[in-house]
Amino acid sequence: MTNPGEFTAGEMMTIAAARALKSSDVCFVGIGAPSAACNLARLTHAPGITLIYESGTIGTRPAVLPLSIGDGELCETALTTVSVPEMFRYWLQGGRITVGFLAGAQIDRHANLNTTVIGSYDHPKVRLPGGGGAPEIASSCAEIFITMAMSPRTFVDRVSFVTSFGHGSGGGARQALGLTTRGPTKVITDLCVLEPDVDTRELVVRSLHPGVTQDTVRAACGWPLRFSQHLSETPRPTNLELQVLRELHARTAAAHESHG
Amino acid sequence: MSSFCSLQEAIARNVNDGDTVALEGFTHLIPFAAGHEIIRQGRKRLRLVRMTPDLLYDQLIGVGAADRLVFSWGGNPGVGSLHRLRDAVENGWPNPLALEEHSHAAMANAYEAGACNLPFAVFRGYQGVDLPRVNPNIRSVECPFTGETLAAVPAIRPDVTIIHAQRADAAGNVLLEGIVGVQKQAVLAAKRAIVTVEERVDELRAPGLNAVILPSWTISAICVVPGGAYPSYAQGYYRRANAFYIAWDNISRERETFLAWIRANVLDKGPEAFLTHRSAVNRADAP
Repeated sequence: MTNPGEFTAGEMMTIAAARALKSSDVCFVGIGAPSAACNLARLTHAPGITLIYESGTIGTRPAVLPLSIGDGELCETALTTVSVPEMFRYWLQGGRITVGFLAGAQIDRHANLNTTVIGSYDHPKVRLPGGGGAPEIASSCAEIFITMAMSPRTFVDRVSFVTSFGHGSGGGARQALGLTTRGPTKVITDLCVLEPDVDTRELVVRSLHPGVTQDTVRAACGWPLRFSQHLSETPRPTNLELQVLRELHARTAAAHESHG
Repeated sequence: MSSFCSLQEAIARNVNDGDTVALEGFTHLIPFAAGHEIIRQGRKRLRLVRMTPDLLYDQLIGVGAADRLVFSWGGNPGVGSLHRLRDAVENGWPNPLALEEHSHAAMANAYEAGACNLPFAVFRGYQGVDLPRVNPNIRSVECPFTGETLAAVPAIRPDVTIIHAQRADAAGNVLLEGIVGVQKQAVLAAKRAIVTVEERVDELRAPGLNAVILPSWTISAICVVPGGAYPSYAQGYYRRANAFYIAWDNISRERETFLAWIRANVLDKGPEAFLTHRSAVNRADAP
């Protein structure tokens, strides 16, 4: 545990990711890191947010973070739970979701995500779980936020496999495919926040987390990284944000141990 | 007309070597007991279908029951990889496993098309991604009204779908509620359906939440197997054993520990072991 006022890079990532969400958002919560950020937002500045998990739960308000996207807690606290075909057909394809929150194993400079394989598809070095809901979350939600820790292994020059389409090869790529949604608009890491350039759609660093240098971020990225002309510092976590996040993690750890 | 019978009899009568089999359940109500019976009966060359193959499919793949997997997300939720699935794909152990990989949206639509008795599903998806390059079953159609290009995948029509549900009444009507996943579609898309249930009751109590009712005449065999979804869960009966999902990471990592676990917990046990699991989860949960 850190001292009061101090925080870990992981906490900064979750908090910065949570801040991207608004109380009026209807958010499709991807598996993994996004779940903590989305629930932190709900428990702090965005109490009205509607969280949707692909297991069919709409408007869920879990007291602890689920281990899977289908824990009973999600259903018990939801406004309603629909079948999985209904979730993907009516709610996602139907255009009802304002934000999709995703993570991945690899991301490239145009925010294309890989969660399928490392290496070749037929003879992979590492077989990852696959796309799940992500390919259509990435195309059907009005915009996409991505959160993942930054390293040269995850922020790569070229992804092995495009599981979820971001901005393809750059400016105009989404429009060329007939996509009318905005795609990834924000990538929140443990070191910084990146946003796509208006024209080229290449990810550019918009803010550095407190204490992080440009060199640190450059060394954690697999392509020559660009920084915004208006580079700023991410505001420090507030005491309230840290307290709510730590309590959420503590409740979660206790719940998952006791229900073994 | 459905009939109550033992799990041994239901699997022996309805699941054959080489069948296309869907054991469905989206985190909730996963039919583990039925999958273990398939392992005990030594079925081979199954074409397994499931949106979210997790521990149960890891076990079926690890014992060599399958030679093909149709899926959209294969992992241990919140924990990491499925080591037996990875060993089969990366090293061909215990036998090579052909993959037909989709997205969730595609599979959900494909099950629904199967239930609708349609040959294929149409939806808006797969734009710009690599899966269509490696899966020839992902194609496209042009909308005859607007000219829009839409994704198309074949309907899923299992030889047999197997699910777990909360309860059945005396007449064999089945109720499931909570996170209901794609089970209704998977049952109605299949030639035959097996349902394991927590309990048999005189009448289905007032359905809560978002109950799905499957009439008895849509089901081939019903088996009362309390705890049959462990280590997943049955809403209203027992919680998900998250600690077992975490423990599976170590059990399944090496072939030897995996096979020892299968011997002790599947081959040397029967469906009644699941009642013990259910009791243990509920005891740990008691105030």
